[in-house]
Amino acid sequence: MSGRKIGEVILDLKNISLSFGGVKALQDISFNVLEHEIRAIIGPNGAGKSSMLNVINGVYTPQQGEIIFRGQHHANMDSYGAAKAGLARTFQNIALFKGMSVLDNIMTGRNLKMKANMLQQAFWFGPAQREELEHRAKVEEIIDFLEIQHIRKTPVGRLPYGLQKRVDLARALAMEPQILLLDEPMAGMNVEEKQDMCRFILDVNDQFGTTVVLIEHDMGVVMDISDRVVVLDYGKKIGDGTPDEVRANPDVISAYLGASH
Amino acid sequence: MSGMLYSLVALGFVLIFKASGVFNFAQGAMVLFAALAMARFSEWIPDWLGMENLFVANLLAFAVSVVIMFVVAWLIERLALRYLVNQDGATLLMATLGIAYVLDGIGQTIFGSDIYKIDVGMPKEPVMMLESVFEGGILINKEDFIAALIAALLVISLSIFFQKTATGRALRAVADDHQAAQSIGIPLDRIWVIVWCVAGITALVAGIIWGSKLGVQFSLSTIALRALPVVILGGLTSVPGAIIGGLIIGVGEKLSEVFLGPYVGGGIEIWFAYMLALVFLLFRPQGLFGEKIIDRV
Amino acid sequence: MFYRENGQFKTSYKADQQVFAIPQDRWAILALVVFAFVGVPMLVDEYMFRAILVPFLILSLAALGVNILVGYCGQITLGAGASMAVGAYAAYNFMIRIDGMPALASILLGGLMAAAVGIVFGVPSLRVRGLYLAVATLAAQFFCDWAFLRIRWFTNDSSSGSVSVPDISLFGWTINSPTDKYLFCLGILVVFSLMAKNLVRGNMGRQWMAIRDMDVAATVIGIRPMYSKLTAFAVSSFYLGVAGALWGFVNLGSWEPAAFSIDRSLQLLFMVIIGGMGAISGSFFGAAFIVILPIFLNQMLPLVGSLFGLEVSIALVSHVEFIIFGSLIVFFLIVEPHGIARLWATGREKLRLWPFPH
Ligand SMILES: Nc1ncnc2c1ncn2[C@@H]1O[C@H](COP(=O)(O)OP(=O)(O)OP(=O)(O)O)[C@@H](O)[C@H]1O
Ligand SMILES: [Mg+2]
Repeated sequence: MSGRKIGEVILDLKNISLSFGGVKALQDISFNVLEHEIRAIIGPNGAGKSSMLNVINGVYTPQQGEIIFRGQHHANMDSYGAAKAGLARTFQNIALFKGMSVLDNIMTGRNLKMKANMLQQAFWFGPAQREELEHRAKVEEIIDFLEIQHIRKTPVGRLPYGLQKRVDLARALAMEPQILLLDEPMAGMNVEEKQDMCRFILDVNDQFGTTVVLIEHDMGVVMDISDRVVVLDYGKKIGDGTPDEVRANPDVISAYLGASH
Repeated sequence: MSGMLYSLVALGFVLIFKASGVFNFAQGAMVLFAALAMARFSEWIPDWLGMENLFVANLLAFAVSVVIMFVVAWLIERLALRYLVNQDGATLLMATLGIAYVLDGIGQTIFGSDIYKIDVGMPKEPVMMLESVFEGGILINKEDFIAALIAALLVISLSIFFQKTATGRALRAVADDHQAAQSIGIPLDRIWVIVWCVAGITALVAGIIWGSKLGVQFSLSTIALRALPVVILGGLTSVPGAIIGGLIIGVGEKLSEVFLGPYVGGGIEIWFAYMLALVFLLFRPQGLFGEKIIDRV
Repeated sequence: MFYRENGQFKTSYKADQQVFAIPQDRWAILALVVFAFVGVPMLVDEYMFRAILVPFLILSLAALGVNILVGYCGQITLGAGASMAVGAYAAYNFMIRIDGMPALASILLGGLMAAAVGIVFGVPSLRVRGLYLAVATLAAQFFCDWAFLRIRWFTNDSSSGSVSVPDISLFGWTINSPTDKYLFCLGILVVFSLMAKNLVRGNMGRQWMAIRDMDVAATVIGIRPMYSKLTAFAVSSFYLGVAGALWGFVNLGSWEPAAFSIDRSLQLLFMVIIGGMGAISGSFFGAAFIVILPIFLNQMLPLVGSLFGLEVSIALVSHVEFIIFGSLIVFFLIVEPHGIARLWATGREKLRLWPFPH
């Protein structure tokens, strides 16, 4: 990989436990994420991977544990604070705003950066108009980057699945995040779409230095693009290390063989 | 005692909500419709058949009304709800508001829009009760007492229906999980028709009781609005909740009117129940007996 | 001129972000507004103003308010009538209790008061949604009904419970003829519509729609549900409050709380459903429909009845009205949740591509 340099610990998760009623989704999970790295979370279905991301950006509140983000300690994150601090994410079951166009969806990603007050917006005057144009230009850059110019004005509900995933990523990128959390960005894609998506993720990581935390089922992809991998199974952490280390870990092998589909 | 009647209307809400996830704002319109049918047929049938016997006339009118409510239920499912499954709650609510309008309109077109009475021979004179328990006893309308009895009977027979019969079990399966129920071969459409029919019957019973007490008129349609806080209080998915909620609201309304009313100028019954429900919502959105849900993403 | 956009290329984002991006549309709307200000007063008689146009304008304004909340922000309300009542009574009190208060100012202040109260109504939306929210707004509706009926202070201790306002005037222009009333309301509606359009196409509107479509995702990109929902309630109630004040001051002249009852709330909700949720134009379609249908039925049904030799009573007309409204609501919810506005847009789209649809 090119000029990027892996840095210090940016996100540190300590002893996270989360349960829903009787279901223990996460049990005492600890791992960390280094600045600029691509960190993968893998594990069989229902292992707790999505729950982990939800804890990281404050959608779920863990019953126990601590999240240390850039040196700040939190018992739990709140979504707004997480967004402000530079955490962005995509969703496993696409969570786009389906009544809006692709452009508007991506523009919402910039909402935190827009400052015009309500009166200025109502009269479309001064800062309101200026801002709208500035951010439109920025969003167009992202649209170019992800090669979705042709669908700009299409309502997202009408797009095929693969493109929707791309718009989901575009919206997250519009936030110019420090850390990008991706929940199965390649699920349900064909080979070419997967290749495109891999290229985008690597480019983002490389060009903008964005740290990436990624959930993915496709082992080939995970081994190819990630720097380090965490393995979860039934809410427990069973492996952590470089792709090669994880591949050789006997617990991981048995978990995958045991749960092989 | 009006609490018992709220419970009855609330029960109609809960049944439909449990089985189809639809919050049926048209329940009040159904009560009105059923009461109108009952009132007019019990008037018309003696005319047509030229007979005098009040009991037989009422019985026939009841039978006809039941059939009519079944037809109404079937039509509602057929024409509207079947196309609206899996829509979000607010959409369904608006749709049932539309249905309520249609029912109000049709009911009054067919049966007229004056005030009618239903006379099912309920005794009106008050009686003293519980005299042996404490001195003086309490004064109770026999009518109210019988109404409460009927309501209780209905509730009991419904719970037996739910617990013991195959259809009842299918109903509960549907309530738990539409898709799963469908995949094991429970015909959803039929179940929904049945639920609406049952709701129709509770509407008819409520309509008869209210109608014989207060006369059948348009304002019956608004008891749905009075019963709404009951359901909120009790939790939308809980039959016992509906009953207990009804009682709390019925008693609460009266007490508030008596104790608070004089200070604020009276007439607070109408919103008091709502405020109660609202306060409740803010602290326990799932109601007394409902289940809590965390969104998945 | 053909309704075509090929050959028209936009060279800046600014041009692309215009309210009406196709020049033909822009001209058509401008022509319509000019016609409404200049042409209509020359063509129409007093009855039309009083029975149709003034109610239409004011209800359109109210429907805009409901649409912002229900159509754009996805928060259902059955308490719209209450917001109108707050606006009307607040404006009335500003007018009579403060000497020399100009009418327009008291109407706008009424709107602001409604906005403040609306924020309070909106608080439950932070905890509950859908059906439960509907119940919460109903609570507000019933409470307001009661308050304006029973608390004498609001009605200035008037013995009958109804309040009345004298003719209002604006910078020396006394608004008393139906034409004046029409022009006054039209002016307000044009300004408010433009503001609404600007709000919904900008950051604010995107936040509302994001909350409507997928609130968890919205939160995750830094939209605060509390802020978005409460602003939607505030803006919506502001529109409703102004509409309520106009309804009282301009349309009715004197009124009782019943003018803003639950029936009004339902009527407004239906307007938005039939007209088109999430479309500014939908508010106008819906209001037009609801104002015109009863008048139309009143004229037509007796005619149809007489063809069959039937007597059509007024009661029957109102029942038929119920049936038609109800069926249309169900119909639109099933077939076209975006209402007449979407049907209109689809028609226009076809025209744009006609005669080569692909
Ligand atoms: N909101 C919720 N309410 C109740 N249970 C939940 C919720 N979210 C997750 N769970 C449960 O927690 C466990 C872990 O779920 P999670 O979605 O995190 O798994 P996952 O590893 O992402 O699986 P998949 O590969 O299928 O996406 C599962 O048993 C799931 O049913
Ligand atoms: Mg998952």
